[in-house]
Amino acid sequence: MLGKTAGGLYWMFRTLERAENTARLVDAGFRIALTRSNSAESEWRSVIATSAAQAAFEARYDAYDSEQVVDFLLRDPENPSSVLSVIKSARDNARLVRTALTTEVWTSVNETWMVLTKLLKEPIPQTELPAVLASIRQQSAVVRGALHGTMLRNDIYDFCRLGTFVERMDSTARIMDVKYFALLPASSFVGSRLDNVQWETILRSVSAHRSFRWAVDEDFTAPAIANFLILDGRMPRSLRFCVGKLLANLEYLGADDDEPKESLILARRLSERLRNRDIGSIFDEGLHEFLTSVINDNAQIGLQIEQDYRFNS
Amino acid sequence: MIKDMRFFDEMSEDGIARGPYGDYDQWFRAQDATRLQSKAQEAEAFFRRTGITFNVYGQADAEERLIPFDLVPRILSNYEWTKLAKGIEQRVRAINAFLHDIYNRQEILKAGILPIELIQQNDAFLPQMIGFIPPGDVYTHIVGTDIVRTGPDDFYVLEDNARTPSGVSYMLENRETMLQMFPELFSKIKVQRVSDYPKSLRRSLAACAPRSCEGKPTVAVLTPGIHNSAYYEHSFLADQMGVELVEGHDLRVVDGHIAMRTTRGYKRIDVIYRRVDDDFLDPLTFNPQSMLGVPGIMDVYRAGNITIANAPGTGIADDKAIYSYIPDIVQFYTGEKAILKNVQTFRCSESDTLAYVLDNLSELVVKEVHGSGGYGMLVGPAASKKELAEFADKLKAHAANYIAQPTLSLSTVPIFTESGLAPRHVDLRPFALVSPEGVNITPGGLTRVALTEGSLVVNSSQGGGTKDTWILED
Repeated sequence: MLGKTAGGLYWMFRTLERAENTARLVDAGFRIALTRSNSAESEWRSVIATSAAQAAFEARYDAYDSEQVVDFLLRDPENPSSVLSVIKSARDNARLVRTALTTEVWTSVNETWMVLTKLLKEPIPQTELPAVLASIRQQSAVVRGALHGTMLRNDIYDFCRLGTFVERMDSTARIMDVKYFALLPASSFVGSRLDNVQWETILRSVSAHRSFRWAVDEDFTAPAIANFLILDGRMPRSLRFCVGKLLANLEYLGADDDEPKESLILARRLSERLRNRDIGSIFDEGLHEFLTSVINDNAQIGLQIEQDYRFNS
Repeated sequence: MIKDMRFFDEMSEDGIARGPYGDYDQWFRAQDATRLQSKAQEAEAFFRRTGITFNVYGQADAEERLIPFDLVPRILSNYEWTKLAKGIEQRVRAINAFLHDIYNRQEILKAGILPIELIQQNDAFLPQMIGFIPPGDVYTHIVGTDIVRTGPDDFYVLEDNARTPSGVSYMLENRETMLQMFPELFSKIKVQRVSDYPKSLRRSLAACAPRSCEGKPTVAVLTPGIHNSAYYEHSFLADQMGVELVEGHDLRVVDGHIAMRTTRGYKRIDVIYRRVDDDFLDPLTFNPQSMLGVPGIMDVYRAGNITIANAPGTGIADDKAIYSYIPDIVQFYTGEKAILKNVQTFRCSESDTLAYVLDNLSELVVKEVHGSGGYGMLVGPAASKKELAEFADKLKAHAANYIAQPTLSLSTVPIFTESGLAPRHVDLRPFALVSPEGVNITPGGLTRVALTEGSLVVNSSQGGGTKDTWILED
């Protein structure tokens, strides 16, 4: 496979994952804005921080107003991470790697781009927002379904999955890091009685408010939630799940290598850090420190994949 | 708009279907117009979803457009086609012989058939090709000859398109669309297949691999990238042939060969089907600003280690100034009379002829010698007085840049409109593949149709559409 093609696949799926994650964050933020208008501003502030767009946002706007935040995250062409921008970039990458995709995957990405470009053409009135967010998630589900249902499990598939999980791990870690104070065991001293809301918002941001209850036979306590999002291998957005997928796809790609590539070594190391851990030892290490180092290691793995597989040179 | 002209309609004569359209006509009459209407919309949705779109140069906001597809096929009998195909093959062979000659011994100049100035002062003639014979002695691996028709037996070649003709993806997708929309038609009417084209193309290209190639040749399609107007076609062809689609920055010279950067290092390529113009092919040899090509590819080429399809420098054969000499070229290299006619062509570079052209401008079609895509041309009968006067000034100032041709009464084929069938002018571009194994012409081609009533300009960049082209079995 061409290095450029591997890069196109990787970035196509990173950006598709990003669109979906952004839609989730907006959904969680919107819910708070509706029900607790006095905490809306701080919630939008964390949403923007989670998408690492604080500087860009503050350069454009003075306040964290619902309408502006939603517009910035969903349709601002100047924001390279807005849903509109990333969908366009995903579709450009899909065109670039057209020969590596099945007709179903290509058509689903092209349709996603057609549907969402139309949907995000005009500012979105509050009444329409839930439907628009649902469409974004639904479109990503269609692409993912086409990928799972029609693609050969070969190196093409591996690069798609690597893009998905590097992005997802980054997203889950950032969601937790922005609110790490709410997840500390002693959080009741840090925050106020907002914590129940905070926890629910965190779970909603990763579409896990239902599955948490199914999977975990515990109350909504901060350690239980942190454990679920970091260490539960059944939860498809947890850090352990993501790194497991990264590792599996890198092992597959490197099956014929005499020496393991650097990206594989890094992924093994990160996986090792998450294995046989309990949440207590992570709190001992410091949750914020732990999450920051995971974000950095994950970014390093991403850069190393680009080099090892010659995306650009 | 052209008035007072009678046009040959390929579907019917005085309301009665012509032979090749008999069965289709019968089927069509039994159809419900509303159903056909919704089929037409279905086709458009299919093209959009599949991304069969093109970019129009100079229209940034209208980023992607569809080439309108008309659901009435253009039908030729096998008898009509056989004659056409013979004529195309003859012409394609002559053009390859001409290219070989013009870059080597130049017998045709010595024999006084072509004036030497036509070659010497022509930018399309590449001195870098002198004394070099491409692998397999093939210059034009792919040719898309533009043909127009004025009567039952009157076919004319309008252009030879020997550089990098585009449109073949539409030939294939149009058929695919018709098969999906009207499967029952194809069980009723026996139409020759076009779907083997990608396989034939790959085989034909592989057969032209350089002699230094060991084992199975590696073929790749070179595209300028996703912003090129024909990108869809480039990716479609690579996909259908099962070969890599590369851009200049994926390639480099490694150990005297061209190689592409893969996830496992550089891999050698033997044949490049390039959809990049000569000028952008190699910044070390041609346009130094080019980012689309591969630095050093011409050295690899001249060392016999890569096949470039089509060969650089083939443009000299489809230059509009050379065009008028093609019947002589056919005669010179094949010893036969040309089967397909040329359109009468006035060379404005000759002063007597220029005077005639200026006097009769409102009757003529005037084209730029190096132009393409229907840009910069004048259709005299459709032009206003002001346009005619402006064009006359351009002509006087740069006479050698233009040729003129009589306005042909192009045949029509009906298109499906809201008010039923309506005749529109068409042309035809069949595709010929050339390799040492022979010339292979796919039975079919791209029919372009001028959708505006009375218009003679079929180019997609000028509002033209396409039709599926059927060659019937006997």
